[in-house]
Amino acid sequence: MATAPTSTTTANGNPSAADWQDRYHHVDQVLDRPGPRTDPSFLAGDEVKAFLRTSCKILVIGAGGLGCEILANLALSGFKDIHVIDMDTIDISNLNRQFLFRQKDVGKPKAIVAAEFIMNRVPGVTVTPYYGKIQDKDDDYYMQFNLIICGLDSVEARRWINATLVNLVDPENPESLKPLIDGGTEGFKGQARVILPTVTSCYECSLDMLNKPTAFPICTIANTPRLPEHCIEWASVLEWPRVHGDKRLDTDDPEHIGWLYKIALARAKEFKIEGVTWSLTQGVVKNIIPAIASTNAIIAAFKIATSSAAYLNNYFMLIGTDGVYSYTFEHEKRDDCPVCGGQALDISISKEWTVDRLIEMLVEKQDIQIKKPSLSTATKQIYFQAPPQLEELTRPNLERKVSDLVENGDHITVTAASLPFNLMVRVTYV
Amino acid sequence: MKKNEDAAAKKKPKTSAAQIRVQKDLTELELSSTMKTHFPDPVDLLNFTLTITPDEGMYKGGSFNFSVNINTNYPHEPPKVKCTQTIYHPNVDLEGNVCLNILREDWKPVLNLNSVLVGLQYLFLEPNADDPLNKEAAEELRKNREQFLHNIKTSMKGGNIRGVQYDRVLVQ
Repeated sequence: MATAPTSTTTANGNPSAADWQDRYHHVDQVLDRPGPRTDPSFLAGDEVKAFLRTSCKILVIGAGGLGCEILANLALSGFKDIHVIDMDTIDISNLNRQFLFRQKDVGKPKAIVAAEFIMNRVPGVTVTPYYGKIQDKDDDYYMQFNLIICGLDSVEARRWINATLVNLVDPENPESLKPLIDGGTEGFKGQARVILPTVTSCYECSLDMLNKPTAFPICTIANTPRLPEHCIEWASVLEWPRVHGDKRLDTDDPEHIGWLYKIALARAKEFKIEGVTWSLTQGVVKNIIPAIASTNAIIAAFKIATSSAAYLNNYFMLIGTDGVYSYTFEHEKRDDCPVCGGQALDISISKEWTVDRLIEMLVEKQDIQIKKPSLSTATKQIYFQAPPQLEELTRPNLERKVSDLVENGDHITVTAASLPFNLMVRVTYV
Repeated sequence: MKKNEDAAAKKKPKTSAAQIRVQKDLTELELSSTMKTHFPDPVDLLNFTLTITPDEGMYKGGSFNFSVNINTNYPHEPPKVKCTQTIYHPNVDLEGNVCLNILREDWKPVLNLNSVLVGLQYLFLEPNADDPLNKEAAEELRKNREQFLHNIKTSMKGGNIRGVQYDRVLVQ
């Protein structure tokens, strides 16, 4: 097939050429006129279509089960500038539902294959892949997008992107508020939620709703295994560190999984336990949840990008295990959320003030009422009340000037036993 | 120029939720005279060692070291705690793994570092023969308490019990 470029490749990067008559006929139905539930600020017509199709830049995090759906839906509903991040490579077990991948792609990076597939299939769409971690990218990178959609599989990654986007918000720059749409599936259950950082409840606010990760008592694992999972945990928690020392277990490395599988299987035989398989091994150590596609995230995305309808407010869940049940509710912000809760308290002090003086002021302040506060910035400890080693180490700071330790406008994190959570103090000097 | 300053301001590291929580937990630790924390790198609050020197019970006179390792998912995940010595204890295996319910299956984000420290201290006052990690030690505790106490003494001096060489942990 080494012939002249096909029509799809010439269309790439040249959106107008690809938008044939009535290409978006069905999408236009909702963009050409306001409806009963549209936002009052919604202006139907060409402008919103142009925004959606030329200037709107959207980031998809995760190119797995949800990610594939999201990417295809975005491309087909008219988004032209899509970016995608994924740190994974394609595994053969992905092929049943991650339909952008084929057998020949096994072992290749998901983000890159998905981007190529979409660009080949949908003329005029540019998908920019990044094969790596979300943590590799800095604030400037995230700043360039209008909207971010997640199809992630871990609590850790969600907490990271959530905290990053909340921190990105600059009250003086409306552009810095990046709506985040988070989708998640687990078997027949799914959910989608909209997070407007600092405006609605954030991911951290709802952390208490999570089930705790399944863990088995270590003594059961060591002495009285009864389930195949016990044998696998035994291999990964006890045998791996014993045999391999400090070498980290890489759950994405088939050789590592293979080793665990072999060890767990031998253990299962010894205790006459059935059911240890390769995929269960992988499932237990990676905490894998079988996935079924969901298209909810995309609906929310489209509505927010165009304000053509009231957006999802703000938590949608779907339970498909016994029939179909869905429910949407508004998850409320937590005032004491460590990520988005509590506005920073502004205080202005003299450049000459010592840390000791600042602490005294915090203790005396009627509206805070704290005893024995400990102070730190993002990079250093200013003064810690305990434990003794850190108290001793930070004690000399009490005599130092606050302005030597904290830059003008920076935040100080204050914790104290009497505070239910923490207090952010923004210091300015007069 | 202004833009550069803004960019510089944006690059500043932010305090993570885990960091804030660890600061809160650490500065509110109620350390009794039998517990001591040590931070090899005081800037890094997420990794430290804990020394327990029981002043009563069968492990009196010993000094036991644990490494405490907190990951950025704290408090959603419990801290990882390991004994860094080879000790004779029914609930601690020879690799240093510790069987304490709140470190695994019963961990909840409302628990804090103080709960973990108290839990560890409790293990030295009341070793539990029902949830053994070191089966021989548990067996001994159940069947022959005298022998068990004797074994503890031997192990703490750095002795050998049934072919296992234990670390000397007596307070200097």
